[in-house]
Amino acid sequence: MAVTYIDAIHQALAELLAEDDAVFLMGEDIGGSFGGAFKATKGLAEKFPGRVINTPISEDAIVGAGIGAALAGMKPILEMQFADFGTLGQNQMANNAGAHFYRTGVPVNVTLRMPCGGTPGGGPFHSQSLEALFAHYPGLHVFTPATVADAYFMLKEAVRIPDPVVFMEHKFLYRWLKADTWQEENPLPVGKARIARVGKHATVVAFSAMVPEALKAAELLAQQGYDIEVIDLRSVKPLDYDTVLASLSRTARLLVVSEDFPYGGVAAEVVATVASMGLHLLDAPPLRLTSHDSPIPYHPDLWREHRPSADSIAAAAKYLISY
Amino acid sequence: MLTARAFDTKVSALYKAGKIFGGVFLGRGHEAISACSAVFLTKGQDVYNPFIREQAGRCAWGDSVLESARCYFGSREGLMRGRDGNVHWGNPQEGVPAPISHLGAMASVVAGMMLAKRLRGEQGCVGVACAGDGTTSVGALHEAANFIAVQQLPVVMLITNNRYAYSTPNAQEFAAELTERGRGYGYEVHRCDGTDFFATLQTMQTAVAAARAGKPQWVVADTLRLCGHGEHDDASYIPAELKAQYADRDPLDVARRQLIDAGWLTEEEHLIWEAECRDEVQRCVAQAQKEAGPDPAAEDWSAVSWRP
Ligand SMILES: Cc1ncc(C[n+]2csc(CCOP(=O)(O)OP(=O)(O)O)c2C)c(N)n1
Ligand SMILES: [Mg+2]
Repeated sequence: MAVTYIDAIHQALAELLAEDDAVFLMGEDIGGSFGGAFKATKGLAEKFPGRVINTPISEDAIVGAGIGAALAGMKPILEMQFADFGTLGQNQMANNAGAHFYRTGVPVNVTLRMPCGGTPGGGPFHSQSLEALFAHYPGLHVFTPATVADAYFMLKEAVRIPDPVVFMEHKFLYRWLKADTWQEENPLPVGKARIARVGKHATVVAFSAMVPEALKAAELLAQQGYDIEVIDLRSVKPLDYDTVLASLSRTARLLVVSEDFPYGGVAAEVVATVASMGLHLLDAPPLRLTSHDSPIPYHPDLWREHRPSADSIAAAAKYLISY
Repeated sequence: MLTARAFDTKVSALYKAGKIFGGVFLGRGHEAISACSAVFLTKGQDVYNPFIREQAGRCAWGDSVLESARCYFGSREGLMRGRDGNVHWGNPQEGVPAPISHLGAMASVVAGMMLAKRLRGEQGCVGVACAGDGTTSVGALHEAANFIAVQQLPVVMLITNNRYAYSTPNAQEFAAELTERGRGYGYEVHRCDGTDFFATLQTMQTAVAAARAGKPQWVVADTLRLCGHGEHDDASYIPAELKAQYADRDPLDVARRQLIDAGWLTEEEHLIWEAECRDEVQRCVAQAQKEAGPDPAAEDWSAVSWRP
C-alpha cells in the first residue's frame, strides 16, 4: 500500500503525541474534526483530547505561545496554515525563539510546521518558500524533507532536538509523492545530505520539491549520455557541505537548484560557500537556478515558467557540462 | 520600591559617568504599580513578565538587584553573561521569561507558559504580563490579549499608562480608552491611580485573585514617567504643567504618607529602610562591577544547543 508525504507527517504527529505527554499541537483549524487546511492533523483532536488546540488567526501569538509553552517544559508543534503567513510569526520565531538559547542558555523546543512551496493556481501568497528567511536568523534549524521517509523521520527528529526547528513541508509533495512506507531501515541522521542519485558529470544540489525535479532532469540527461549526481540537502540549516564538496571532488561542476526567489537565497549561500571553500575543485563556474525575482504567478502556465523545472534544470546542467 | 528607586538612582549616576555600555531605563513614577504587579505572585508557581521599568516588580517577585546590576555590566556570573543587557534579563525556569525588545512580544509567551501549566494540570497559578500604554498599539499585544481571552487563561494584563510612549502622547497612540481595549476582548477590567500605593495594591490583589480563579483580567494603572524614556532623554516633550500635576504624587512619597497615616511606619523607620536599601544597592552594584565580563576569546558563538 502506497503512503504519501502527508501520510508520513500525520503518522509522525500521531506517534509524537502518543509517545510524549509534553507534545501538543497548536494552529488554525486543527482543533476539531476538520483536521487543518491540508488534513495533516485529521483525527488527532479526537484521539488526543485537549492536546490539539485551535487558535485564532494570530500567527504571532501562535508562535509566541509556543515559545512560552516550551519554556514551561512542553514540546509544542505549531502549524502555520501556509508558510507564506509564517512571516507574521517570524518575529517570534527569529527574535524570541532563535535568540533565546544564546541569550539565556535555555533552548526553546518549538517545531514550526510550514506548508510551503508552489502548486498550480496557488498564486503569490500561497506558494512561497521561506527557508532562507528563517535560516538567516541565528538559532533556528531549517528542515526541508524531500522524501516520504524524511517527512516522517525528520519531523520526529525536529521534536527530539531541543532547539527551535522550522519544518518546511512542501504542499506539492503532500499527495503527489508516494512511497511503500514511511519507515526507513537506517535513516540518515539529520544534518547529513543524501546522494539521491550517483553521477559523474555534474552535481545538482537541491532540496524539497526540487529534488524530484532534479531527478527527472537527470533522467532526461541520462538519455543524452550525461550522468548527473543529485544531492538532497534534507536540511538547509545545518547544511552538509562535506557531502557537497566530496561530490564536487568527483564531478567538478555545481548547479544549485532552489524554488525560492534568487536574492540571498539558499542557492546563493551554497554557491558562495562552495566558491570560497572549493573553487579549486571546480572546472566551471558554480551555477544556481532559482525562481524568477518576481512574485509567484497564479496561472499554472506562468507558474511553471516561474520556477525551476526538470527541463530548465536539464538545460542548466547541460550548459554547465559543456562549459 | 525603595530598593528600586535606589537602584535607578545608582545606575543613572553610573550611566552619566560613562560606566554603562548602552541605554539605561528607569522606573521613576512606576514603582507602586510595578511593586504591586508582582507582590501577589509566588516564584516557582506563577509567571511574571516584567516590562521596561520594572525594577520594583523584580524586587517584589524576589529577585536581587544583583542580577539587574549584572545585566547592565555584562557580568559573566549573571544570567545573560554579557550576551544581552540593560533590562533584558529573565530566568525562565523560575517563571520569568527573558524579555526581548520587540514590544508586545512577551504577552503571548506568558499565555503559552500558562497554557503549558493548564495542560499539565497545574492549578491555581497566575501569570502577570506587564506592558505600557504605547505597547497596546502593537499588533502582537492584541493577538496575545485575544488569545488569552479566547483560551480563558489565568492572566493579568497590566497596562502601565504613563501617558507617553517615548515622546508620543496617548492621544497619538489610541483614540479610545485603554480600558475599552481590554473590555473589547472580553476581560474583566480594572483601572486605578498608579501613584496611589494602597489603591494599586488593592486593585492588583483583586485582579490576581480573579485571574487565579480562571478569569483573564485587564488592569490599567495611570501614572507619569518621572524621568526620560531612557537616561539619554530629557523628556522635554512632557509639558511643564503636566509634570507639575505630579509634583506631589511621586509614588514613593504617597506610599510613605499612606503607611505612616495607617500607623504601620514611622518617619524614623522609613529613614532606616531607605538607608538599608541604598546599602543593599551599593553592595550589589559594587559586586557586579567587580565581576569579570564575558571573555571574547572563550566565546563559543553557538546559537543552538544541538549539532549534528
Ligand atoms: C515593536 C517595537 N517598536 C518600537 C520599539 C522602540 N521602543 C522602545 S520602548 C518604546 C516606547 C514604549 O512605550 P510604552 O509602551 O508606553 O512604555 P513606556 O516606555 O512608556 O514605559 C518604543 C517606541 C520597540 N522596542 N519595539
Ligand atoms: Mg508609556
